Amino acid sequence: MSAAPPNPSSTATAGSSSVWSALEPHLPKVAKPARYIGLEDGAPASERAPHKVGWLLCYPDTYEIGLPNQGLQILREIVNERDDAYAERGYAVWSDLEAIMRRERIPFFSVETHTSAAAFDAIAFNLSAELTYTNVLNCVDLAGVPVRSDERDETHPLVVVGGHCTYNPEPLADFVDVVVLGDGEEVIGEITDVLREWRAEGKTAGSRPNVLRALAGVEGVYVPSLYDVAYDGPFLAEVTPRFPDVPERVEKRTISDLAEWPYPKQQLVPLTEVVHDRLNVEVFRGCTRGCRFCQAGMITRPVRERPAEQVRSMIDSGLKRTGYDEVTLTSLSTADFSGIEQTVQDVMDLDTGSAQPITLGLPSLRVDAFTVGLANKIQNARRTGLTFAPEAGTWRMRQVINKLIREEDLYGAVGSAYSQGWRRMKLYFLTGLPSETDEDTLGIAELAKNCVELGREHHKNPSVTVSVGGFVPKPFTPFQWFGQNTEDELRRKINLLKDATRKMNGVQLKWHDPRASVIEGLLSRGDRRLGRVLELVWRRGGVFQEWGEHFDEKLWLDAMAECGLDPDWYIHRHRTEDEVLPWDHLSAGLHKDFLWMDWQDALAEVGLPDCRWTPCYDCGACTGYSIEHIVASATPPAGGSQGTGQDLGAGHSVPVELTPRIPQGAKP
Amino acid sequence: MTPPRTERIRIRFDKFGRIRFTSHRDVARVWERSLRRSRLPVSYSEGFSPRPRLRFGLALATAHESCGEYLDVDLEPGAVSSGRVDIDELAPLVNPMLPPGMTIQATAHVEPGAPSLQESVDSCTWLVDVPQMTPAQAHDLVERALAAEELPVTRTRKGKSVTDDIRPNVLALRVADPDERPPAAEWQPAGALLRAELGTHPRACRPAELLAAVDPTLEEGRVVRLHQWTMVDGVRREPVPLEASPPVGAGIARPSAAHAIERAS
Ligand code: SF4
Repeated sequence: MSAAPPNPSSTATAGSSSVWSALEPHLPKVAKPARYIGLEDGAPASERAPHKVGWLLCYPDTYEIGLPNQGLQILREIVNERDDAYAERGYAVWSDLEAIMRRERIPFFSVETHTSAAAFDAIAFNLSAELTYTNVLNCVDLAGVPVRSDERDETHPLVVVGGHCTYNPEPLADFVDVVVLGDGEEVIGEITDVLREWRAEGKTAGSRPNVLRALAGVEGVYVPSLYDVAYDGPFLAEVTPRFPDVPERVEKRTISDLAEWPYPKQQLVPLTEVVHDRLNVEVFRGCTRGCRFCQAGMITRPVRERPAEQVRSMIDSGLKRTGYDEVTLTSLSTADFSGIEQTVQDVMDLDTGSAQPITLGLPSLRVDAFTVGLANKIQNARRTGLTFAPEAGTWRMRQVINKLIREEDLYGAVGSAYSQGWRRMKLYFLTGLPSETDEDTLGIAELAKNCVELGREHHKNPSVTVSVGGFVPKPFTPFQWFGQNTEDELRRKINLLKDATRKMNGVQLKWHDPRASVIEGLLSRGDRRLGRVLELVWRRGGVFQEWGEHFDEKLWLDAMAECGLDPDWYIHRHRTEDEVLPWDHLSAGLHKDFLWMDWQDALAEVGLPDCRWTPCYDCGACTGYSIEHIVASATPPAGGSQGTGQDLGAGHSVPVELTPRIPQGAKP
Repeated sequence: MTPPRTERIRIRFDKFGRIRFTSHRDVARVWERSLRRSRLPVSYSEGFSPRPRLRFGLALATAHESCGEYLDVDLEPGAVSSGRVDIDELAPLVNPMLPPGMTIQATAHVEPGAPSLQESVDSCTWLVDVPQMTPAQAHDLVERALAAEELPVTRTRKGKSVTDDIRPNVLALRVADPDERPPAAEWQPAGALLRAELGTHPRACRPAELLAAVDPTLEEGRVVRLHQWTMVDGVRREPVPLEASPPVGAGIARPSAAHAIERAS
């Protein structure tokens, strides 16, 4: 094993104040130094006091990617509103500054006050992408804190993770102390209560295990070190709590009503350019369209809408306060928001005191004419491009993934977009889906060609950009049992598309690096044994793996070989129904047999309509927590459930066979 | 029919402290948002994606501080002449919207058709801290630079390496006293201070280039742009002098105006 990166802890005296004076002379030498200065509007330094619990809320990627993260901004405000806690923020430092920090022994710091990370009670990371895991280790190490949980004691902060990837945190189990499942709004307060007691008692020697035990009692909190893992050959035999008071299965947290959480109230306005640099207002959380590849949709059920009135006032006050001229209504499928048309109209009518119209963004557009109508209303000025995500090239394949868009829907949407002045379409697809044949793959090119032809009826040079991603199966989806396509297979499919589109005028093909998809797949469904792999990759400099220029597949494969682990077994193997999955002791609220039946339906090419407007399938997300969808409208949106143009709620004929679900009795 | 004319104001602001690490581009975006927040009637360009009509002066390098940064803002027709906007009230209105370290120092009205900031500025005065340099070394450097016939520097232009002589652009150079630091500069010199006036034509000469041309081992520490200079009727002056508060709303589109700026009488 090569030498560990030099540990800068010797200068990182806990409780010491700012590292700014040590850092500042070096900033003129690094790229984009504005990443490290804080000073965002909306972020006055929170007041510290000895009795207060300090949270360092981190995003394990660069400032530009991490700053807009709404989850962290929400938690920052909730913590800072308490009088017994404060929160600051940290972001992974780019390699140029990291080299300087290691040489000059400057520890990882918060951007508000440049306080050493080790001086906080908890360093918490938002995990949104598997390839950032090694950055988590790097940030902790750069803080002067031991990376392995079992090497830390009371003098060190707790390392906490939350976010979508924590539904399988097992590859990180050796490194993190506390994992939070689900919505963080309530649980962060409960964790803070435990930490405040710990502080009040002076964090006495040997008290760390007690705090972890206490935290394991908080609903939604998983403490990996309190579980034993038994293997049966390569297979997982069981994961069992080591103490009777530690839950056998950790349930996710779900806030029942978004209206009670109008956060962020003061969205941060950065001084330097970041992604999603605009006002973002979350209009609902959760999605029940049931796309089978989509982890975000599965794990955030049920649907909880924000009242339209609250959306309006958040937009109005947000634009006035920030000076942004652009607002995006965020959710997994914003065109589904009840009363979306009225909300759009209200935004268009806002008086901003300027001649400039507000630009309104609707991400995740549905594929239907209703959506184009909406877009038409908004984009009266900038008619550049529209993006749709049919996800698969044939109707058969779309039934498998439960993205029930008919070809007529797509052509209707694209045709009306062209006729209303748009020239460029972007279409998103996945390849490497379960049961995908070459005919399905080539269907992507066919759809694109037909879209361009539709465009020719309206413009001289219409263009369609086809963006293809390699499908990565995720935990708590019906596809969690599916053996991911190999790199070679993904490459072969991309090549099929390259050949097919080469001569198609107006069609551009873009694709994601299949190697990155494969490593993402390794981590997404991996178990605790991957901890050693992560550590090896990190120690050999494998950070910022989500960046093409830094990604290094060989580092991962070499580390796997060294640990005697078989990538094929982890990534490309189909799982059986009785296999113990590494995340079976965690719960996203979904019954495992619901997911299995949905997987069987997928293979049988059977679609399932949205449960917002049709009977419940008892997936568990509502039933298990006695909550329900909060939607303002009892009828499906004008586009119909699933964008099929069919009113499924009213029982019209639908283009797929539906199998109403009968609750399967008591769930484990 | 020609559309009614927009009215241009010129803002002089400073940039000190942590905010010095933002880029020229960042500062432009900060202005766009701050002006929107202040609800000033800024004029927007036509077309598919209207942008506020703002124009900035010579870019200030990231990490440099300044007492004299400029921007021109086009306001909607009649904004100033009708009294809707009082340019003397601009600083108190907009300053609270600016991030810590950026402050409006002065404002002035600009005649239509006046040359842009980019074109009109001929030179800048810089205060440069050179860490590890003693006063004696500094005096020696000044002497050598002023005595030199040529001061060649290597620059990259369009991907090619070219050599330029910057000596003609070294208009003045001397060792400066520590108390010449502007009051807003919250730092102590780490070495000797130089004060240099460097020309901007045909290409702006940067303080680091001056140092490199005289002694390649020297590196700049803190750098402050103290002034930008422009020639008006043979008189060297600042685009907006600090002491002068120009008359409000006076003389829109005065046909005989030959000057970029109206001066206080
Ligand atoms: S419990 Fe029923 S209504 Fe709730 S998300 Fe699951 S299937 Fe839909």
